[in-house]
Amino acid sequence: MKPEIEVLQPGLFSTIQDFGRFGFQKYGVPHSGVMDRYAGKLCNLILGNEENSAVMEITMQGPQLKFSASTRVCISGADLSASLNGNPVHRNQIIEISQDDILRFGKRNSGFRAYIGIPGGFDTEKIMGSRSWYEGLTDNFRLLKGMKINYDLQDLSQIKSNSTVKTDDSYFYQSEIEVFPGPEFSFLSKEKEMILFKSEFTIAETSNRMAIQIKEPFVNDLKPIITGPVMPGSVQLTPSGNIIILARDCQTTGGYPRILQLSEKGLQVLSQKLPGEKIAFRKVEF
Amino acid sequence: MAEFPKISQMGERGILIEFEPEINPETLQKVLFFKKTLQKELFKQKVEVINTYNSLLISYRFTIEDVYSEFSKVKELISSRNIPKIWKSQIFHIPVCYDEEFGIDLKLIAKEKNIEVDEIIRLHTQPVYQLYFIGFLPGFLYLGGLDKKLEISRKNTPRKSVKKGAVGIGEKQTGIYPKSSPGGWQIIGNSPVELFDKKKEIPCPFSAGDHIKFHQVSKDEYLKIQNEIESGRFKFKTEIYEA
Repeated sequence: MKPEIEVLQPGLFSTIQDFGRFGFQKYGVPHSGVMDRYAGKLCNLILGNEENSAVMEITMQGPQLKFSASTRVCISGADLSASLNGNPVHRNQIIEISQDDILRFGKRNSGFRAYIGIPGGFDTEKIMGSRSWYEGLTDNFRLLKGMKINYDLQDLSQIKSNSTVKTDDSYFYQSEIEVFPGPEFSFLSKEKEMILFKSEFTIAETSNRMAIQIKEPFVNDLKPIITGPVMPGSVQLTPSGNIIILARDCQTTGGYPRILQLSEKGLQVLSQKLPGEKIAFRKVEF
Repeated sequence: MAEFPKISQMGERGILIEFEPEINPETLQKVLFFKKTLQKELFKQKVEVINTYNSLLISYRFTIEDVYSEFSKVKELISSRNIPKIWKSQIFHIPVCYDEEFGIDLKLIAKEKNIEVDEIIRLHTQPVYQLYFIGFLPGFLYLGGLDKKLEISRKNTPRKSVKKGAVGIGEKQTGIYPKSSPGGWQIIGNSPVELFDKKKEIPCPFSAGDHIKFHQVSKDEYLKIQNEIESGRFKFKTEIYEA
């Protein structure tokens, strides 16, 4: 029998993700993939995996997972007080797992999204070159109680792990989000531009993997555009004043002015922000 | 230098090329010609080129390594002026049942526009629609060519759930919902065809630049086609379109 993880409790919102789909945007298929590529990559590298192996992305409140066979895991990203059979475990290092061990999460200490990597990556359904869960494309799209997730039985003695990888959590505490001007940036008046870069903005509760929304309205007179391409990190401004930062599961096209485009670092920083936290946009030049 | 085409960087993973902001087959033709040119060119990194009405986005899987050289390459590639006039593409014939059971807003449109339901159906099945691109949802077709008489505003409050296959009209656009989803378009019928099948190697049979024609079918024919689709026997009727 294939080893599996049994989901005892699903947590707030957990999915399986790799680096997402590529080459299917022409059919309207979103990119998907880990929100925080740095942390997703990190737990894979520590385990000796390919950097885009499928990991579990967990949000704010972690799940409770029971393992049917011995393996290893590595947890990166947010500090959600992980413990194994009740004993606290560290992030960014290899955790040895025995049969029937239970991995739990507790209080959130820092960050918003954590990642669980496993040798060889999670062995879930592959659709269009990716195991990333997305409603309508993959049969599963969020972790549910009682679900079983397969992983590979690997010869652990053969795996060379990189346990000496340097890690850096400082971005959890950074509020500045790096942005480049977007295609419609020049439509903003000088005054609006100044407000955009001098203001603090709050992450709204309605944020998810499709888009991070901003609470404060940004009054503007920008007209909608002819529907054009968008990608993760595109910042849209609606006529009613909503600032919408598109995330990994975003649509491929959109009709709102694209005023900014986040850098990869900007996306990484944003992916660890909680609803209610403050951010500021910092313009960088190409 | 002319204002268009405009080449700009979209973050660290994208290059955007914008042509005149117009929705018409001529602009699309230009966009698709350059899309093909770019796709033929071997990029050192993994890229995907997508188009909309008047834009091309070259999206890179990872951060662009040498932006300067990529920019000059793109600039050179889109400087060609020899855009072919004749354009060959496919017309896909799509069956639609306009029965009241499916066309839940037909009566409302008839009243508001003061045209008979039969006339709405005639006006909707007459044109050869241009497929500009696929976006919004997997398999959602952006079509142009709706008869002006059928232009109608969206519902004030979108429906929480519109049926899969629903054929709708919203402003100047018409289209089919590839899966059930919330939506604000006025619904005039339903098509049994699959616009997006995730299990197929090519999940969507259509490409930007193709053409679409709607055909009215009865409920019986609708059910027959649905049956053919379920048993894997259904094939789209297509023909070559020369503009």
